[in-house]
Amino acid sequence: MIEILELAVRGVPTGCVFALLAVGLVLTYKTSGVFNLAFGAQAYVSAVVFYEVRKEHEWPLLPAALLAIVVIGPLLGLLLDRVLFRHLRTSGSVAKLVTSLGLLVAIPELVRLAFGSESKKNPPPLWYVERTDQWLWPEGSRFVLDAGQVTTILATLVVVAGLGVLFRSTALGLRMRAVVESPRMVELNGINAERVSMVSWMLSSFLAGLSGVLLAPLFASLSPFDFFTLLVAALAATAFGRLSSIPLTLLGGILLGVLQAILAGKLPTDSILANGLRPALPFVVLFALLLFWPGLRSARDAADPLAGVDPPPPPAAASIRTRFLTVGTRAFAVTVSAIGLLLGWFVLDSFWLGLVTSGVILGVIMLSITVITGMGGMISLCQATFAAIGAFTTARVVDSLGMSVIVAIFVGAVVAAAVGGLLALPVLRLEGVYLALATLAFALMFQSVMVPLDWVSGGTTPLRVPRPVIGPVDLAENRAFFVLAAALLALAGALVYVVKRGTTGRFLDALRGSEYAAASVGISATRAKVIAFSLSAGIAGLGGGLLACFYGAANYDQSFNFFYGLVWVVLVVTAGARSVQAAVISGLGFFLIPEFLQRLFEIPGRYVADHPDLPAAVEAVLRTIKPEYSLGVAFILFGFGALTYAKHPEGIIEVQTRAALRKVMGALDRTDRSQPTPATDDARPPDEDPAAPATDDDARRPAPVRTGGAGVP
Amino acid sequence: MSEAQALLEAERITKRFAGISALEEVTVEVHRGELVGLIGPNGAGKTTLFDCLSGKLRPDEGDVRFDGRSLVGLPVHRRARLGLARTFQRIELFSGMNVRDQLLVAERARHGGGSFLRDAVGLSRPTADEIERCDRMLDLLGLTPDADRPIESLSLGRGRLVELGRALMTEPKLLFLDEPSSGLDRRETHDMGTVLQAVQERSHTAILLVEHDVPMVQRLATRLYVLDAGHLIASGPTREVLDDPAVRAAYLGVGV
Repeated sequence: MIEILELAVRGVPTGCVFALLAVGLVLTYKTSGVFNLAFGAQAYVSAVVFYEVRKEHEWPLLPAALLAIVVIGPLLGLLLDRVLFRHLRTSGSVAKLVTSLGLLVAIPELVRLAFGSESKKNPPPLWYVERTDQWLWPEGSRFVLDAGQVTTILATLVVVAGLGVLFRSTALGLRMRAVVESPRMVELNGINAERVSMVSWMLSSFLAGLSGVLLAPLFASLSPFDFFTLLVAALAATAFGRLSSIPLTLLGGILLGVLQAILAGKLPTDSILANGLRPALPFVVLFALLLFWPGLRSARDAADPLAGVDPPPPPAAASIRTRFLTVGTRAFAVTVSAIGLLLGWFVLDSFWLGLVTSGVILGVIMLSITVITGMGGMISLCQATFAAIGAFTTARVVDSLGMSVIVAIFVGAVVAAAVGGLLALPVLRLEGVYLALATLAFALMFQSVMVPLDWVSGGTTPLRVPRPVIGPVDLAENRAFFVLAAALLALAGALVYVVKRGTTGRFLDALRGSEYAAASVGISATRAKVIAFSLSAGIAGLGGGLLACFYGAANYDQSFNFFYGLVWVVLVVTAGARSVQAAVISGLGFFLIPEFLQRLFEIPGRYVADHPDLPAAVEAVLRTIKPEYSLGVAFILFGFGALTYAKHPEGIIEVQTRAALRKVMGALDRTDRSQPTPATDDARPPDEDPAAPATDDDARRPAPVRTGGAGVP
Repeated sequence: MSEAQALLEAERITKRFAGISALEEVTVEVHRGELVGLIGPNGAGKTTLFDCLSGKLRPDEGDVRFDGRSLVGLPVHRRARLGLARTFQRIELFSGMNVRDQLLVAERARHGGGSFLRDAVGLSRPTADEIERCDRMLDLLGLTPDADRPIESLSLGRGRLVELGRALMTEPKLLFLDEPSSGLDRRETHDMGTVLQAVQERSHTAILLVEHDVPMVQRLATRLYVLDAGHLIASGPTREVLDDPAVRAAYLGVGV
């Protein structure tokens, strides 16, 4: 008994860490309606600043802490509010989620650019003693806490108490809550909603900074991934508090920490359970809470009561496409694909061919996001997991059954589809952000429980996947494999295309428009969505198997880490979630953009080398641009791209296509005044076959993830 | 009325939200081909009753029988396939689709949905027959000129007609109409009434009509139910009910 109690006490500080992050998240959600997945990235910023000034510049503790927590934290919040979230207040929760995903991708890379990419080992603590065990309390007892633990507990208690007072007994707290409900209503009451929103962002960002600096010493070195993983673990506490109650969140965090400590002490250390379950516990708990915790599922997104007085939203630009635009983009896509194929076959050297092939294969995986997000209107954050399932299955089937590799890839796709369908059944009861979180929890459960297992991933040595031989063609040759990849991409693209224009696609469109109305004409939401989930998982599995085959091994960390899944979603949604073309482009872009940037960033260096007589100032400026920045800058671009989602849910490719078309049309119009104005986006040309527009499936509608809502109120 | 079995028998439906009673033992019957009105002040529970009957809400107590079988526990889409259709007070159209597509989806869904395999081999485009059925419906409702327009560009009145058409495409035995005239002007309301009469004469669909517009109810409904604060306070032939002083007090209020 005493032993359990001892373990439990040891779990409290960890629990407070969870609680601190979770409370910060709840605060952001309560005061801005944003489920801020970038919270961990904000914490990381302050942690890095603290590290830099304390360790590199050897500032004293107090000014360093003040700068990192009290200055940088709120400043970042101010910036985020001014530049981004202020303009998103009336957007849907999914637009906000995508924006925070973009920040999650971009912020750590910005930090790396600003402070260098060398690893930051042994983050400095926020307390005075050098080693935490120099100061113990209560000394000599079994339940002893060290300085770090005491600091964490104290900080958590102070924060929770402070927030309690703020929300319960200050006018500011009341206003903060009111602004989330309805900024306009608040403004009608004479309160400056913008200022209130700004204060809440500064406050929550301050909390992020505080937790970042407090948490940093837990890790051997500072890494944004650790921060994010810890944040997702803390989500369990957030869910426990039903995204609204701060005391419950605190309790949830502490319970989680305690449970984890007890499990760690009690489970046998050599079992699968201990090795897999312990790190996975927060994600298992999160998953279970999302599914079964009463009150969470019915917790609706904050809906503005004044939303009803808004004029109806203008027709989504992409929902109306002229035949001209459709045919034009299709012809363009075919031409570009043909040129790409020829380039791949005849021109590209092995390095670029490798990149393009990777991009083409990733395009297959990206298509899975087109299905789930573009057609199904759901955000899934576990597409990389489905790809990994496809890859592992392929490897295992080839290895143990001696099956032909190409067949094995399809077996992998089928297994992934089955897992997707099974996952969909419980998860589909959730909506919007909660669905996204459940898939994220699933991805992390898979990563921490399944991936380390020998029979899944081969443990430390990745499973080998040989290249297939089809008849006389040996696909060990990269050019031949490129053609195979392109053919499978075409197959997957065609499948997505026909399903989108087929009954399933129509039903999903209807469900996105209004779930209740769709059901009222006899459409089964569950059935349609399970199909979407399953198809999406299957396509991701296909891509995963193909990727493993191309690289020669199913390497989880290199190819299918859950974080890639997030980046991919960000990319596809930015480019245009509803179009096959955008999926392909984002797949290629993921691999090619960093390379292009690297070539670009090499130019100044070469220029400096070639021109030794440059003025020192110019040389210094040029020298700051280094080719190794390319990947970081690419991720920053990807992340910032997502910030356009709220404004252009149909995707930037569609927007750019239209803008280009309008320009061309304008030019044509000027040269030939006598011609009638060509059809613009607003109307269908009258000469169109009346039956055809009904199947104008290429219309890339945005995927407004919403339920119900009047089309024409 | 009792010798023929009613198409819809809702018995003693009770629904509470967090302890507040929205419906208290409400019993409603609709016979084949009949147009029944359901009136009551705002907040009386009319839409809640519709939601309970169509399967969106699960009543706390009571039994709903339709066409001889119990509907208890069936989800919305299963009830729809049995022949229950509805329209919405705040209209719910499928955004991003044109008018004909709304009807085509309903036409397809009537049969219980498509097969994924047919989709995958590209065999699920609308057939000439389906398109023709939709066009006939558009014609009946006077929507032919709007067939290819995106629904976002329609006026509220046209939108309500599209909703009606979409519901009718499922060939319902019973249609719930939730305030079809709300938000329409006098003329549009009158036209809506005419369309409803035409529809009912053509297809003999039974209709349960929630409506605030008394002239419209008078014109269309043979019988009336009156809900007030979750209780059924009157029912019977339209004329009698409207003359009932209790109804006038509860619903029509002063000055009507």
